[in-house]
Amino acid sequence: MWLVIKIMSLEIIEVNGLATVQDPGRVGWRKFGVPTSGAMDAFALHTTNLLVGNDPSCAAIEIGLGDIALRALRDCVISVAGVGFGLSVYIWDFPLWSSYYVRGGWTIRLTKLDSGMWAYLAISGGVLSKPVLGSRSTYLRGPFGGLDGRQLQAGDVLRSGTPSRPLTSLAARTLPAEVRPFYSDNPTLDVIMGPQEKYFTEESTAKFVSQEFVVSPTSDRMGYRLEGVPLTHRNKTELISEGMTMGAIQVPSNGQPIIMMADSPTTGGYPKIGTVVSADLPLLAQCAPGKSRIRFRKTTVAKAQKKYRELMSGLERMVEE
Amino acid sequence: MQTKPRIVPLGDSSLLVQFGEEINPAVNQRVHALASLLEAPPFKGMTETVPAYAALLVQYDPLLISFTRVRSFLREKISQAGETASRRPKQVQVPVRYGGEFGVDLESVACHLQLQADDIIRLHTQRTYTVYMMGFTPGFPYMGTLDDALFMPRLETPRLHVPAGTVAIAGSQTGIYPIVSPGGWQLIGWTPLQLFDPHSEAPFLFSPGDEVRFIEEK
Repeated sequence: MWLVIKIMSLEIIEVNGLATVQDPGRVGWRKFGVPTSGAMDAFALHTTNLLVGNDPSCAAIEIGLGDIALRALRDCVISVAGVGFGLSVYIWDFPLWSSYYVRGGWTIRLTKLDSGMWAYLAISGGVLSKPVLGSRSTYLRGPFGGLDGRQLQAGDVLRSGTPSRPLTSLAARTLPAEVRPFYSDNPTLDVIMGPQEKYFTEESTAKFVSQEFVVSPTSDRMGYRLEGVPLTHRNKTELISEGMTMGAIQVPSNGQPIIMMADSPTTGGYPKIGTVVSADLPLLAQCAPGKSRIRFRKTTVAKAQKKYRELMSGLERMVEE
Repeated sequence: MQTKPRIVPLGDSSLLVQFGEEINPAVNQRVHALASLLEAPPFKGMTETVPAYAALLVQYDPLLISFTRVRSFLREKISQAGETASRRPKQVQVPVRYGGEFGVDLESVACHLQLQADDIIRLHTQRTYTVYMMGFTPGFPYMGTLDDALFMPRLETPRLHVPAGTVAIAGSQTGIYPIVSPGGWQLIGWTPLQLFDPHSEAPFLFSPGDEVRFIEEK
């Protein structure tokens, strides 16, 4: 009989926010009605994985809304990427978007600040949990993925995989600010209009790009609800359901847009006035409900794809200190 | 003569192939025909597809392929796709206990339609339905088309908890709730079949395009 040793790496001491295990998402099951889930800010997850030497497909801890404190159960390298949190390791305060060597026994603390929304704590080797439908992402409504489909709580112990390189070579890596998305409390988001732009009055499509929307406090991982001057449908307020994606902006009969986020349903029957471009989804994800104000700006598919390629190529500028 | 589908972008990493604007079996067949053609094999950069009543969502990675290249590839595939899916649909018989605690709305549906409960059961079991699409919750099959005599509006106030396995109708459609969830459809019966098990080798009982018959269990 072989003795199988599971490596316990991180223990949750305290959680005040919404902490879940997330990877890039569940791919290939949307035709069966399974939402993709995964990180709300995919760029931050991608980056935090690269900083600790992980494949971008690895799982990390997504923390939103409040604080979290963890204890390292053995030496490891961690990094935190995202917006709206302060990081302290042992007795030091550290900036986000960098990797740090953590000794077994040290406490890692993430404290929620005023702006921003989500941070991603990666550990060298990646957070391990049983994959469900090919992904470790937590889908709370399922409930499945992550730790039994639930949010993390005090006392949970997380396992991690084998680091890709010796720990000392993974610490002190950083992604310079100039190649990160330009996060803001009040961002302007590029939108590709349609496919149901014509369902709205001309006055409303003009208003859509000229007015400011508040991100409603009722927003969650499923969708960000916006509040503004209501948009007016020409006649029909519903269509027969069709597939949709993260970033798609549905407008129900009350005229207040809802932007589909990571846990959104796979199909929907409200007209979609447009879709937020991939490169700007991180900016949207990091908007604080009840506080952030956003604006939309029209763009084209070709420009949006170029902008996304440029954003992702910035990851090559990761610096080893 | 079938109409040419519209290909429209949905953001920078998805597009919709729209075959029509109504719930219609022939239109839905064309959606599934294209979906099965794209599965074997997928094009480089394709992420996944989501078939619905009259439109196929195709998701792709914009780092690997551009919108214009996906669009011209799809135009070619659409011209090759037939009227029906190359894959023969799976046929599933679903045993159902109608009425009582298993289908709390059966009596009120019968009353509203000025029929007997037995007529509802007879009309519901006499047709073969197609899984037009899946959505709402993991594993929820939207099936049709119901006999016109069974046309019922949705509940005015959706229920917060509909048990897993509940068979329901709304408009021209019938469905089964795979997991406990809120629901606004009229509940007429219950099946012991498990529609969704995320930990199983075959997590879903149904796939889009499958054919379904309901069998009354007494």
